[in-house]
Amino acid sequence: MSSLSILIVASLLLFCFISVLVGIWRLRWAYAVALAGMALALVAAGTGFYRVLADGELRYFLGGWPPPFGIEYVLDHLSAFMVVIIVFIGLIAVIYPPEAGLYHTPRRGISAYGLVLLLIAGLVGVVVTGDLFNLFVFLEIYSLASYALITMGGDKAVVASFRYLILGTIAGSFYLLGVGFIYFSTGTLNMADAARLLTPLYGSPTIMAAVALIVVGMGIKMALFPLHVWLPDAHSYAPPVVAAILAAIQIEVAAYVIVRMMLTIFQPQYFIDIMPITTIIGWVAAAGIIFGSVMAIAQKDFKRMLAYSTVAQVAYIGLGIGLANQLGMIGALLHILNHAFMKSCLFLVAGGIRYQTGLHKISQFAGLGRKMPLMMSAFTVAALSMVGIPPTAGFFSKWYLVLGGIEANNWVFVAVILASSLLTAVYFFRMIEKLFATPSGGDPAVEQAREPSARILTPIIILAIGIIVLGLINALIVSYVLQPVVALLP
Amino acid sequence: MIKQHYQSIVIQTVCSLLIPFIQLFALYVIIHGHYGPGGGFQGGVLLAVSIILQRLYLGSKISYRKFSPKMALAFGAIGMLIFGFAGVVPLAFGGAFLDYENLPIFWVHGAELRALGILIVEIGIGLAVFGTLVLIFDSLVGERW
Repeated sequence: MSSLSILIVASLLLFCFISVLVGIWRLRWAYAVALAGMALALVAAGTGFYRVLADGELRYFLGGWPPPFGIEYVLDHLSAFMVVIIVFIGLIAVIYPPEAGLYHTPRRGISAYGLVLLLIAGLVGVVVTGDLFNLFVFLEIYSLASYALITMGGDKAVVASFRYLILGTIAGSFYLLGVGFIYFSTGTLNMADAARLLTPLYGSPTIMAAVALIVVGMGIKMALFPLHVWLPDAHSYAPPVVAAILAAIQIEVAAYVIVRMMLTIFQPQYFIDIMPITTIIGWVAAAGIIFGSVMAIAQKDFKRMLAYSTVAQVAYIGLGIGLANQLGMIGALLHILNHAFMKSCLFLVAGGIRYQTGLHKISQFAGLGRKMPLMMSAFTVAALSMVGIPPTAGFFSKWYLVLGGIEANNWVFVAVILASSLLTAVYFFRMIEKLFATPSGGDPAVEQAREPSARILTPIIILAIGIIVLGLINALIVSYVLQPVVALLP
Repeated sequence: MIKQHYQSIVIQTVCSLLIPFIQLFALYVIIHGHYGPGGGFQGGVLLAVSIILQRLYLGSKISYRKFSPKMALAFGAIGMLIFGFAGVVPLAFGGAFLDYENLPIFWVHGAELRALGILIVEIGIGLAVFGTLVLIFDSLVGERW
C-alpha cells in the first residue's frame, strides 16, 4: 500500500492553507509557498506515475479502513496519467507571474494562490479517488474555487461566474442524484465494488436514470456542445492563469469522469449497446466541433476566440468517447493531454500580450510578431498544433481520432474532423498573418511593445517545447500508458 | 476614547454579559463533540456568533480593533492546517492518512488515542468554521479592511 496518491492531494491542500496564512503576513511569500506546494505535488505525482507504470495500480485506504467501508484512492494508468497532466499544468500556471496572470486581485491578492491550489487539489482529488461520493466532494471543491477565481477578472467576470455557478451547481446536483440512485440500488459507493454489484442490475430503469443524470451533469461541466453556454463568458473574462487552468485541465476532468464511468464503473458495453450514450455523445460532439470552430472564426477578441476554440476542442474528446473503439478512445485521451498543453500556452500568451501592450482585440495585433519574436513563435507552435500539423502534438490525437472514425465506419465523423481542421486553420492563420505579415498600423501600443520578461516567457516556452516533445514521443505514451486503459474496449 | 456605537445601556450590558458565556458554551460543544451531540461545526458557529454579536453592538471600528477580519482569515487557515496535519502526521509514523492510532502522542494508546485524534480534528474544524463564518459576515457587510 503506497501513500503517494494521498500525498499529492494532502500536499496541495496543506500548502493551500499555509499559503493563505503566509499571505496575511507577507504577500510575496504566499507565491513562493504555493510554488513549493505545487513542486512537491509534482514530485509525488511523477513518482506515482512511474510506480504505476512499473508495478501496476496503487490502492490506498484512507484511515486504514478497507473498502467498501472506507474511502479508497486508486492510482491506475488512467488516473496517474491525468494527475501528472493536472499537476504539471498547475505548476506552470503558478510559475507564471501574478501581475500578468491574475490582474484585478481583490484585497491585494490575499487568497488568490490559496484558491489556485485549492482548485488544483480538487481536480487531483476527482482523478485519484476510487469512491463515488468522494468524487462529488472534490467536484464541489474545485467548482467553488473556480467560481471565486473567475470573479477576479472584473465586473463582467462576476456575471459570467454567477451563470457558471448556477449551471455548475445544477451539474453537481445531477451527478449527486445519479450517485444517489446507484447507492439505492447497490448499497455501495466504492467504484470497484459498485462495478461488481451493478452487473446484474443493467436492465434496471433506476440505473439508466442514474447514468443519464451523471452523463448530463458531466456534460455541463465539460461544456459539451448544447450545454456549453456558460463557457465562452467564463473563460474569456477570467484572468489568464485561471482561464489556462480552467480550459486546459478543469474541462478535461469532467471528460475523465465520463470515461471512468464508461470503463471502470460500468462495462463499456453498457454505454455502447444497452444505452446509446456513446452514439449520442459522438453526434452531439460532432455538431459541437463545427459550431465551436465557426463561432471562433466570428470572434474579434483573442481570449473569446480561444474560449470558443475550447468548445470545439472539448468536443474532439467527446467525439473520441463517442467512437467507442480503442483508437477513438486513445485519440480522446491523447487529446486531453495535448489540449492541456496547447490551450494553457495560448491563454498564457494572451495574458502576456495584455500585460505588455494592453491589447486584446485580434485586429490590433498587426505587427506584434516582430516586436515579440520569442513569445509569438511559442504562439505559432501552439496554433499549428491546434490546427494539427505534424510534428506538433495536435496532429497525432487527430490522427488517432480519424483512424477510430475509419474503423467505426463512421465517415461523417472523419469528414467533421478534417473540416474542422480547416476551420481551425482559418482562425489561427488569420491571426498568424496579422502578427507576422501585416505591417503595424502605427498604433503606439504596438510600436512600444517589447518582448516580455523571462518570468513570463519561461512557462510559455516550456509549454511550446512540450507540445513538440509530446508530438515526438506520442508513440511511447500510447503504447505504455493508454493501451492498458483502453484494453476493455472493442 | 471608546465611543459605543449604540448608546443603549441595556444592549451594552446584555451583550457584554452574554458573549463570554456564548464562547464558553462554544468551547464545551467543541470539546464534548465526540462524546455527545455537538462537534466542531456547531461549536465553531457558536464562536463565530459571539464575534458577530460583538460586531453588531460595537460597530465595525471598535470591533475590528478587538478582532480583525485578518485574524478571522488566519484562524480559518490554522484550523484547516490542524485538520490537515492530524491527517498527515500519522503517515510519517507508519500509519494511514487520518489513522489517529499512529499520532505521535506516546503516553496515550489504542482507542483513547483515536478519541484524542478526533478531538484534535474537531478543534481544527471548529477554528476553521469560526474563521470562515466571521469572514462571510465581514464580506457581506462589505466593509473595507
